[in-house]
Amino acid sequence: MRGDINFAKNIDWITICFYVGFVLFGWLNIYAAVYDPTLHMSPFNPASRSGQQLIWIGLSAFVILLILIVDYKFYSSFAYVIYGAIIFLLIVTYIVAPDIKGSRSWLVLGSIRLQPAEFAKFATALALAKYLGGIGVRFIQSRTQLICAILLGVPAAIILLQNETGSMLVFSAFILVFYREGLSPYILLLGIFSIVLFVLTLLLDKYYLASGLAVLGILTSGFILLGLRKKNIRRKPIIQKALGVFGACIISIVIVFSVNFFVTDVLQPHQQARIKSLINPGADIKGIGWNLYQSKVAIGSGALTGKGFLQGTQTKFDFVPEQSTDFIFCTIGEEYGWIGSSLFIIAYVVFLVRLISLAERQKDKFARIYGYGVASIYFFHFMVNIGMTIGIFPIIGIPLPFFSYGGSSLLGFTLLLFVFLKLDAHRKQLL
Amino acid sequence: MFKKRKNIIQIVFILLGIVYIIKLFSLQILDSSYKLASRDNVRRRIIDYPFRGLIYDRNGKWLVYNTSVFDLMVVPRELKIKDTAIFCERFGLTKEAFIKKMTDAKAYSRAKPSAFMKQLSTTDFAKIQDFLVDYKGIYPQQRTIRAYPHHALANALGYIGEVSPKQLEKQTDGYYQQGDYIGINGLELEYEHYLRGKRGARYVMVDVRGVEKGTYKNGIYDTLSIPGANLTASVDLDLQKYGETLMKYKIGSVVAIEPSSGEILSIISAPSYDPNKLTGRNFSENYAALEKDSLVPLFNRPLMAKYPPGSIFKIAQALIALNLGVITPATTFPCNKALINCHHHPSPQDVSGAIQYSCNPFFYMTFKHILEQGKDPNKYQDSEIGFRKWYNQIRKFGFGQKLGVDLPNETRGAIPSNAYYDHLYGHLRWKFSTVYSLSIGQGEIGVTPIQMANLAAIVANKGFFYSPHMIKSIGNKGALPQYKVKHSLGIDKQYFKPVIDGMEQVVLGGTGMIAKIKDIAVCGKTGTAQNPHGKDHSVFIAFAPKDNPKIAIAVFIENAGFGASWAAPIASLMIEKYLTDTITRPRLEKYILDKKFYTPKGETEIQNKKLKPKAPAPAKKTPKPNAAVLKDSALLNEIPKPKALIFKDSIPVTKTPKPEVLISKDSVPIKKTDKPNAIIPKDSSGKNKKERRTN
Repeated sequence: MRGDINFAKNIDWITICFYVGFVLFGWLNIYAAVYDPTLHMSPFNPASRSGQQLIWIGLSAFVILLILIVDYKFYSSFAYVIYGAIIFLLIVTYIVAPDIKGSRSWLVLGSIRLQPAEFAKFATALALAKYLGGIGVRFIQSRTQLICAILLGVPAAIILLQNETGSMLVFSAFILVFYREGLSPYILLLGIFSIVLFVLTLLLDKYYLASGLAVLGILTSGFILLGLRKKNIRRKPIIQKALGVFGACIISIVIVFSVNFFVTDVLQPHQQARIKSLINPGADIKGIGWNLYQSKVAIGSGALTGKGFLQGTQTKFDFVPEQSTDFIFCTIGEEYGWIGSSLFIIAYVVFLVRLISLAERQKDKFARIYGYGVASIYFFHFMVNIGMTIGIFPIIGIPLPFFSYGGSSLLGFTLLLFVFLKLDAHRKQLL
Repeated sequence: MFKKRKNIIQIVFILLGIVYIIKLFSLQILDSSYKLASRDNVRRRIIDYPFRGLIYDRNGKWLVYNTSVFDLMVVPRELKIKDTAIFCERFGLTKEAFIKKMTDAKAYSRAKPSAFMKQLSTTDFAKIQDFLVDYKGIYPQQRTIRAYPHHALANALGYIGEVSPKQLEKQTDGYYQQGDYIGINGLELEYEHYLRGKRGARYVMVDVRGVEKGTYKNGIYDTLSIPGANLTASVDLDLQKYGETLMKYKIGSVVAIEPSSGEILSIISAPSYDPNKLTGRNFSENYAALEKDSLVPLFNRPLMAKYPPGSIFKIAQALIALNLGVITPATTFPCNKALINCHHHPSPQDVSGAIQYSCNPFFYMTFKHILEQGKDPNKYQDSEIGFRKWYNQIRKFGFGQKLGVDLPNETRGAIPSNAYYDHLYGHLRWKFSTVYSLSIGQGEIGVTPIQMANLAAIVANKGFFYSPHMIKSIGNKGALPQYKVKHSLGIDKQYFKPVIDGMEQVVLGGTGMIAKIKDIAVCGKTGTAQNPHGKDHSVFIAFAPKDNPKIAIAVFIENAGFGASWAAPIASLMIEKYLTDTITRPRLEKYILDKKFYTPKGETEIQNKKLKPKAPAPAKKTPKPNAAVLKDSALLNEIPKPKALIFKDSIPVTKTPKPEVLISKDSVPIKKTDKPNAIIPKDSSGKNKKERRTN
């Protein structure tokens, strides 16, 4: 009995409130996104998307109950088992899954369709936490880094094979976890620099960019080498530094020249189109630019206060593609305007910040790393999903957690969150 | 270790949130273009077409009404056909046609309806209506087109058609849109503004596939359509139909006017066409055929063709002379054939007798008195003064100017002015002897059949007229205001008595006895308009009854010879039909009906067989049966006079000194050409075309 009282007291009700709020608001938006004024369908009609989502919400509630009942030690103890099972499921899926729009990631069981990739995030977060949380494991060791890379790489590779590039990219979110655990910030910066370079290459003439980089490299290393004229100084580090800068420039130039190859030969045509439409949003709005343009029209037409609940025309009349899944934010932007969208973004950021705080307050390393993993995954989804609808990110088909229509993703995200909340509720016992 | 990195990560989260909120601010608030784009995406304007106004005749019979046709629309995405062969059989299509229609429809849109079969009549539609339930994706769409419960009055009614790109460009009020129908000719054009009504617009929302999804903003921007006004024409459909029957196989015009109101009772252009040809799905085909027809059925002769009026002009000359006081009702002139050629009749005559016998020398003298009033010792100067007076008077009859008929393409006709002759001969270098042929309605005059009918109406009214018009009421608001204006000629009533008496005598014992009707006092005047390039035109104007006239009529038959032979009997039959609604002279009627001035296309062989054994070649000799009746007017003077060139009936011709100038001046519809029938048509068809283009 005492344990129960403690549990109810210790569980983070604020986060639960956010969760419930998000799921219900998301459900309303799914109803609004596919609402057809000529049919006047009830939101509870099981044939409609909102009706189906309601079933998934009910199922999620059941899953939450299960998670909270199961002993908190289970997740730590069985992390690798769960991870292994999911990897197995991913492989099975890849083998038996039917081809749905080029993707082989759906497991069809009668009328239910599940996407194991959505659960792979949970399993990977668990396994990584389990591994990094081990006694004496330090991230700075290259062996640790290698094992982490393998733990991430295996599911990511299978998901890429399933042709779910978006879900695969989500695994890069763990870089935040690694950063927290000691990854050099330079590597983060290098990653950001590469992305900037990539975009610049697409925007600018690559020869100008390359010569600019070369000039910059020569000048900078030359400037560093000027330090050699000082007396009483160790020469070796200066030369190393200069060579390092120069080498970085050469690598950058190589990246610049390989971007074109990457875009035209590695990326698939639809991915190329998405990048092109991001760089040049005005071009071909009837063709490759359609999705982004219509998405921006939907959000932009919401203006300050929005068109009102069920009054959005862009989404419910199918101008916006995938308006109930990946582009669900369009409904929010269109029907609630800038005020509604901003409140939504503030709420989401507060939720994410709260999760980080919760993670940080864990005394147990396993729980902390897992918490960071959860927050990072949500953050990545949030960043990319909203970013693509407003033209900041290329269109990558990943859902907005708790909002997008879809049973697997709702279950997956619920699982992620509530396992963490369960661990958090027992944070005092985990020592 | 690394605990501070928590804050960095949280700051990254917050920064991203701020970036997104700023981006949304620019997207949702700073940039308003998305709002418009969103509206344009979903809003569709659907035109609510009003019913075009109907047109009734003076007795409430339908002249023009609207009828439903059905377009079958197909939505390729929804279409499900189990057995194409049965489908094609049921809808009367070949498989190739079906495949082609479907390919076209799919090319247009898979989700939006496109026309599969166009303008099916109600009967055709009824045949397939029952099958429609078997096929999803095919919907009937009702449209209205113009329809006519008769085959008459085509030239006056006109037709409607799709608005042309040029018209769209020219319009100032932006009313018409591509695909709209607009009056192109006739009453449809003239009263377009009243007939069209007011279009309504409905705003609906559509989804990305163009499928309707309900009203836009609950219909606050929607407007209702207002149906067009119904018109009541002054035409008597029965009279019109009868007249058109009489005019079959003749080339020319009939115009009948109610003198007391100027209402047009009948307006016939022959040959004409069936108005039903220019409606419905065969429009373009039929139009092309009509346009190519050498008899130019699309040319509205009563208003567009101008001819020398011939002897009917003497009525106007007599009235002017009386009004100017250069003659009195008692003035007589001998029939001096040395002045101008004439036929045998009692002489001398006063003005009544001169009209009765159509005495040329009398009107030669009369016109001489008008021009040479002795106001100036110089003959040239005197003629100049006299001619100016005459010109002012003759214009009041409506000659040389548009009467303002409510039909398009009305021509002025031509009355030569002083300036005209000055230009032709030089100032003060012409006098009476130069222009004397005007005295008998020849020379540089061009008069349209409707102006001729108006002359009859003026005499019937004893000195005034209302502009002839077709529409006596728009809705229930009456005719247009300009048709309520009485045009007075300023000729005293008393001067009409001798003229009217003379016209009565024309029918009772003069040149137009063939027009005599038992118990009806018909006043008429024959004319034979000289035509130097072919057979003369037959002209007759009349009004009846003499007291309180109800109908004034002009009949003009091209290349038909004497006025009395063809024009007079047609006028007489129509007067009788209108006044009594019976025909007491079936022989006269048959004589007219049997006469064919041209061989209709496709009937050549039959015609030849019929005609060879009995009747002489139609256009050359007077038919035998009625030769006796025609005796009075068929007076040929065989003796050629040195000055006059051709002598037929009472109509000599002045030698026009400079024919080239005449033609270039466009004063009379005479052109140098060897084909008699081509004179008017050729000239006018070109004009017709031109005017249609500029509509």
